[in-house]
Amino acid sequence: MTDMSGAREEQGRQAAAENNASPIGRSHQEKTIKVDYLARVEGEGAMIVRIKNGQVADVKLKIFEPPRFFEAFLRGRSYLETPDITARICGICPIAYQMSAVHAIEDALGVKVPDSIRGLRRLVYCGEWIESHALHVFMLHAPDFLGYPDAIRMAKDHPKLVQQGLELKKLGNEIISLLGGRAIHPINVRVGGFYRTPTRQELAPLCDRLKRGRDACRDVVRWTRTLPIRDYSRDYEFVALRHSSEYPMNEGHIVSNRGMDTTAQEYETYFEEEQVPHSNALHSVIKGRGAYLTGPLARYNLNFDRLPASVQEAASSVGLGGTCLNPFESIIVRSLEMLYGFEEAIRLIEAYEPPEAPFVACEPRRATGYGVTEAPRGTLYHRYSLDEKGIIQDARIVPPTSQNQKMIENDLREYVAPRVEMPSEQLRAECEQVIRNYDPCISCATHFLKLEVVREP
Amino acid sequence: MKVIGLGNEFRHDDAAGLIAARRLREQGVAAEEHEGDLATLMDRWSGIDGLILIDATSSGAAPGTLRSLNVSTSPLPRELFKSSTHALGLADAVELSRTLGTLPARVFVFGVEARDLTAGIGLSPEVERALPVLVEEVLSCTKHP
Repeated sequence: MTDMSGAREEQGRQAAAENNASPIGRSHQEKTIKVDYLARVEGEGAMIVRIKNGQVADVKLKIFEPPRFFEAFLRGRSYLETPDITARICGICPIAYQMSAVHAIEDALGVKVPDSIRGLRRLVYCGEWIESHALHVFMLHAPDFLGYPDAIRMAKDHPKLVQQGLELKKLGNEIISLLGGRAIHPINVRVGGFYRTPTRQELAPLCDRLKRGRDACRDVVRWTRTLPIRDYSRDYEFVALRHSSEYPMNEGHIVSNRGMDTTAQEYETYFEEEQVPHSNALHSVIKGRGAYLTGPLARYNLNFDRLPASVQEAASSVGLGGTCLNPFESIIVRSLEMLYGFEEAIRLIEAYEPPEAPFVACEPRRATGYGVTEAPRGTLYHRYSLDEKGIIQDARIVPPTSQNQKMIENDLREYVAPRVEMPSEQLRAECEQVIRNYDPCISCATHFLKLEVVREP
Repeated sequence: MKVIGLGNEFRHDDAAGLIAARRLREQGVAAEEHEGDLATLMDRWSGIDGLILIDATSSGAAPGTLRSLNVSTSPLPRELFKSSTHALGLADAVELSRTLGTLPARVFVFGVEARDLTAGIGLSPEVERALPVLVEEVLSCTKHP
């Protein structure tokens, strides 16, 4: 139970109790595909697909993990505490929370950090992409393609594969430990930079290990191509950051393949969150257009031209061009992003010159700031309003899984429609795979409507 | 014997493993604490012979119920740890390690049943009362495994 992201509570039990009939219900005309507890995702969620008269009648991704009120208890805290408090939202992607938090606060305070600190932020983000993608590719997603219920049983037949996944994940953790102070809920990130920055000598030994990781990762990309991936494609609106020269992590415009091009400051003009009764997570939509997809597939499609030649070549060596519309191929895209994480980390370490000071000093002022960065699972939006002493008056956090939740339901609906006659067990397994294509982090996504009521003055 | 206490400091009774490790250190046992990601937990027991893990359980038993299991050769039941919402739980980490041949030869798991796993600091009275007994049992296990 070494768990930060939300222990089971009464609410979870009730939600489970509602569904405690046999997992597959069938009447002569009606069929229900249910998964009471989704496996191999972070956090607690369930799925229900109702089929009536050969049509998909209803699809719900239920998130019953208890609400967590992070936005509420940020109020009244100092702007300096945001990276440490928000890092606690997720044990898998704490760096993403820290990065969106510091960028939003720095936006409010008008702070600009030097290139060396900017580079270190990218480096620590590489660590998180590597560890998060390695966990998903090997331990959570691979069993779907190789036909195992979990990584433990997969490890019996493929021990080297699992070992390799754990080793790559560990390299990501090492980057985070070195820059973050520790691998879980890192503590070294602060507004304006870091509490302490590493020396060149401290970073150098990591470089050799990362080079070995990079080489191993090239093989991983080729291995993902050997998996039995079904031929499938969807017409998504992708949303990701886009930077003038880099594959996006910390900075850039928010763009989509349907013409959106905006900034973190304008985020709430374009996106809104809807409450739905069946979920403790809010559904995020593009105003007037609806569901969209964020995450590796979106980043890749919108930023392929920003990947270095070596990663583009690795993509073309497995038959992937700049466009990938098959969500089941997200395992290939994650392995390419993992490879990019290694390449970029090595580049950053080799170019590293320590900053003169570990952080830029900031003066609090009354202002609102906005930040969007690319978490492993997609864009993560933070907004903070501060008073003149830098005390948080209002906070808003929109995690990637909230943004993808509606698209996950759309995917399920589309996927099931031509397969209603498929045996229920098989359909259920394939629906779970549709969900896992997104690597959802249900713990991050949990919100609660009452929070909105609490906010009223 | 290496001793590792597991848990989350800020989830009430989930901190039991961490607090037990601290009390064991006061008694001269070099017990470690581990929070968060259980995939990294496996790295902590590479290359050792004997291992003791201490964690809160959530099995539906009465709060404060103590359990000790020798999992050297038999699997750690997942039902004891229902409330891990991570993709990999403690039982997964132990069984994955066993499959990969990295599990120490002797592994004991000591559990105390939690009452309260909501956000916050401080143990429930039942867990607090059970903890000295648990610490004694672990001490005795380190001496006579």
